[in-house]
Amino acid sequence: MRHIMAKSLAPTDSVRDYLAAQEKKSLLRFLTCGSVDDGKSTLIGRLLSDTKQIFEDQLAALERDSRKHGTTGDDIDFALLVDGLEAEREQGITIDVAYRFFATPKRKFIVADTPGHEQYTRNMATGASTADLAIVLIDARQGVLRQTRRHSIIASLLGIRHIVLAVNKIDLVDFDQAVFDRIVEDYGQFSRDLGFHTIVPIPMSARYGDNVSGRSDNMQWYSGPTLIEHLETVSVEEAAVELPFRFPVQYVNRPNLDFRGFAGTIASGAIAQGDEVVVAKSGKSSHVKRIVAYGGDLKQAVAGQAITLVLDDEVEVSRGNMLVSPAARPQVADQFAANIVWFDEHALLPGRSYILRTETDQTSATVTDLKYRINVNDFAHEAAKSLEMNEVGICNISTRAPIAFDPFAENRTTGAFILIDRISNATVGAGMIVHSLRRAENIHWQSLDVGKRVRADIKNQRPAVFWFTGLSGSGKSTIANLFEKKLFATGRHTYILDGDNVRHGLNRDLGFTDADRVENIRRVAEVAKLMADAGLIVIVSFISPFSAERRMARELMADGEFIEVFVDTPFGECARRDPKGLYARALNGEIKNFTGVDSPYEAPEKPEIHLKTLGRSAEEMVDALEHWLNERDIAEDQYDSGGGI
Amino acid sequence: MTIALTHLQRLEAESIHIFREVAAAFSKPVMLYSVGKDSSVLMHLAMKAFYPAKPPFPFLHVDTTWKFREMIAFRDQMAQKLGFDLLVHVNEDGVRDNINPFDHGSNTHTHVMKTVALRQALDKYGFDAAFGGARRDEEKSRAKERIFSFRNAQHVWDPKNQRPEMWKIFNTRIASGESIRVFPLSNWTELDIWQYILQENIPIVPLYFAKERPVVERDGMLILKDDDRMKLRPGETVENRLVRFRTLGCYPLTGAIESDADTLEAIVGEMLTARTSERQGRLIDRDEAGSMEKKKREGYF
Repeated sequence: MRHIMAKSLAPTDSVRDYLAAQEKKSLLRFLTCGSVDDGKSTLIGRLLSDTKQIFEDQLAALERDSRKHGTTGDDIDFALLVDGLEAEREQGITIDVAYRFFATPKRKFIVADTPGHEQYTRNMATGASTADLAIVLIDARQGVLRQTRRHSIIASLLGIRHIVLAVNKIDLVDFDQAVFDRIVEDYGQFSRDLGFHTIVPIPMSARYGDNVSGRSDNMQWYSGPTLIEHLETVSVEEAAVELPFRFPVQYVNRPNLDFRGFAGTIASGAIAQGDEVVVAKSGKSSHVKRIVAYGGDLKQAVAGQAITLVLDDEVEVSRGNMLVSPAARPQVADQFAANIVWFDEHALLPGRSYILRTETDQTSATVTDLKYRINVNDFAHEAAKSLEMNEVGICNISTRAPIAFDPFAENRTTGAFILIDRISNATVGAGMIVHSLRRAENIHWQSLDVGKRVRADIKNQRPAVFWFTGLSGSGKSTIANLFEKKLFATGRHTYILDGDNVRHGLNRDLGFTDADRVENIRRVAEVAKLMADAGLIVIVSFISPFSAERRMARELMADGEFIEVFVDTPFGECARRDPKGLYARALNGEIKNFTGVDSPYEAPEKPEIHLKTLGRSAEEMVDALEHWLNERDIAEDQYDSGGGI
Repeated sequence: MTIALTHLQRLEAESIHIFREVAAAFSKPVMLYSVGKDSSVLMHLAMKAFYPAKPPFPFLHVDTTWKFREMIAFRDQMAQKLGFDLLVHVNEDGVRDNINPFDHGSNTHTHVMKTVALRQALDKYGFDAAFGGARRDEEKSRAKERIFSFRNAQHVWDPKNQRPEMWKIFNTRIASGESIRVFPLSNWTELDIWQYILQENIPIVPLYFAKERPVVERDGMLILKDDDRMKLRPGETVENRLVRFRTLGCYPLTGAIESDADTLEAIVGEMLTARTSERQGRLIDRDEAGSMEKKKREGYF
């Protein structure tokens, strides 16, 4: 509101008054979304312009840019104001979310201008995750489109409860009320089950400003608010402070032995000095001794504040745990159902291991069951074996360690997580927890008296999982066979899990799609783990083409027990040997998804043992394997006798 | 209990949260300290975030050797007063080649003495996360940047392929050699910064306040003649004028504005009636269209 302050101010007092008034304003975070070319960026340009947020030098630059890249003839192209990346201006599209700031005399606003292209849905979700209201734009000539629906579903899943249905470009349909009414009707039908608390339809022309900040003379039939009027007054307050106390511990502040503070941001509820709190994962209880803040301790603190708590007792709490209200505790589980929005071009595969990150906690997680995918057009629940980029589905998730959470519907902060690819570190998906799964709560580990160690001792050996990976025909089975014979001859207890054999039994229901390959490996890894637990030396002979699954298998086993053996035979040599005649058929196109032909093989980067087979005999390589095993056992025995007393 | 947080309280909490997240998740963070008002706010927030401890990371100033003398004096004074660990890095190759804004132009000077120097410093110490004071309201490519902004091993920003950033759940995972630039002030506006400086009484470089200073009018800007390295061109004269700076960088590249605002209140009052954006005083943004994005992709903050 720079225009309000125009002319010179009688300095100090009026500035102080003005600033005091600013401080009392509430903040509304919203996003603009909808399909490509519905006018999102133009609307934001219009809002900034009408609220006098555009400076003279910016306006001059905008006029220059409009002549160069603009799509509006001689008029200023407001989209160029927000499309801040060169690629965006050149292509005339929005790629990533832009955050813009403006204020009116009544409220402050942060607006996320999000891209309409399906390809950039992840950036729309980024903008939506921190918003309380969504302006869904619709081109009056086009009506409700596929992206309108997709964005509305994602907004709903991400917890947005307030929608402005901006029926834009109404000037291009002659300000026709019938068109408007039909679109409103369509959208109302479609969004019935999305749980929105308010849907306010407004007919507008962002380009000419009708019903944006000023009332339109062209639509006498419309008596509702202008966009600005609505944004200034809509109530979106989610009373996070009314919810039970949740304090995800972010950082343990321990500058010296006399101070141990738990730093974090209060996710919900309030806390006062002396209150009892419970450590979510252990159930241990303590009391708040101090609420430490720079400039003096606080008596109390509420949701949204970043504070440091000092407790009465020395309870064990670390990053990722939560301090919570004793009366209403969060769930702690390692299995739960969640809605997932998938962002990555590599599909979500059940059974593959990802990193799951909540606000402060991190563990590894797999999708154990993809229950269904949601069709964004009609909400139909469709059976699916994987989630492709920009798809939405509901999954069961299993984590390696339990996490503390609330259902997302009850708490947007403690019910959300992201999934990260283990190798590329890309953020591949976002999740909203629905509920924990009963089996996680009720099935506890049986503690068994006879342990792995004694089972192995009686066999006079140490368990191991030799994991052979390599192309079909590389020689895995031959070497594995010979290796087992040799171990057997020296009195070791062994077992071979062979890819082909297991597919005749345990895994007979699986095919060769990426999703099935992942599940194939998961089951075999679990079986190998049980066998190692029984004290055996297990030899797994599987193509196992994906490094993510081999890593998952590795992480299932105890330290030092997983030995990755890369049977490295070049593709040309494997195809030449072709012991089962498979390469010939795959290269003819008779077999689909054949590793090395039309399905990738990701070679291990750091295998424990790298067997280059060309020019070497199988016996030579088996000797190398046995030598490796003996060295390991000697090293571990020394370690044990040194540290065991 | 009904305590609504004020706008500044919310911004402050968000920034503190970001600081702590980096301290918890990275092994070697650093704060880029540019001595300007945003850096002053950043430093204040860092002190708050880890109180009663000191911030668990050093502060790094990339000195182009062309900063205002008052900035350097202020920097050293703050380091002493607050007791933080201050690292100063200068691109010695650039000094040897006598790279300067007068002979080489703002583009080359900024690239060598700032962008390259920063990359050198990050590589030298092996920092895996670097805080910067950039705000999204400053410039339109900054409006597009994540709070946790990924850089590959060559320090390059790929604006077309940024990681999704959901809620306050930050993806802090990187491979070795890669790094993250972190912007705790992303959601602050220029007004918020001043308002916070006023509320918290945060010390800032005196150059922000109006005072009679010796300036030269050049290329439509008022340049402070801060030392003898600035030679006058034919027809130029040094005049004492009542000026101040809205933004601070290298003195030959930073235009002063005529102003009599000599208190924080007066500065805020002036800002509220301003008709130009603060980066207008920065010569480097005007070199070419989209120039900030280009610099950022190369590793500029």
